[in-house]
Amino acid sequence: MKIARVAGTVVSPISHPFFQGQRLLLCDLVDTDGSSNGYLIAVDVVDAGVGEQVLICDEGSSARQIFDIDSGPIRSVVVGIIDEIT
Amino acid sequence: MHLGRVMGTVVATVKAEGLDGVKFLLVQPLDKHRREDGAPVVAADAVAMAGPGELVYYVASREAAEALPERFVPVDHAIVGLVDHVELAEDDR
Repeated sequence: MKIARVAGTVVSPISHPFFQGQRLLLCDLVDTDGSSNGYLIAVDVVDAGVGEQVLICDEGSSARQIFDIDSGPIRSVVVGIIDEIT
Repeated sequence: MHLGRVMGTVVATVKAEGLDGVKFLLVQPLDKHRREDGAPVVAADAVAMAGPGELVYYVASREAAEALPERFVPVDHAIVGLVDHVELAEDDR
């Protein structure tokens, strides 16, 4: 999984049926030293807010399991809000 | 998934089995501020509504084929949505 910080939301009026009604977050991927290293657009299942540090699962099979579907074009999912990294 | 800008269409008459009827678009990957980021890719249009100039988001790798009606096809990028706008934090615009 990847550590990221929620940078914003993506508003998409027209999308593949899977994404309709899903909340899309644009998340900056964060290195261990806190620097940004690219970004990912991920579907939110934990109600994360802008500025929060989150955990992203970036793997298709796990993503489909989360949504309980056999098929779907989903790979990146925000699966946790990070309290602390020690 | 990432943001991209549709640059044009790609037409291939001869193609692998399963790709008939799939529309291919040339997509320039963008960073979160919509600046060009890396080399263009050819993506299947899974929303059937994307056209040149449009801001889109696309999925890469195995999940790209999952966006198409026929799931076991040789496709590695697929456009899965049109983007109206991206709302970034005020200090990040």
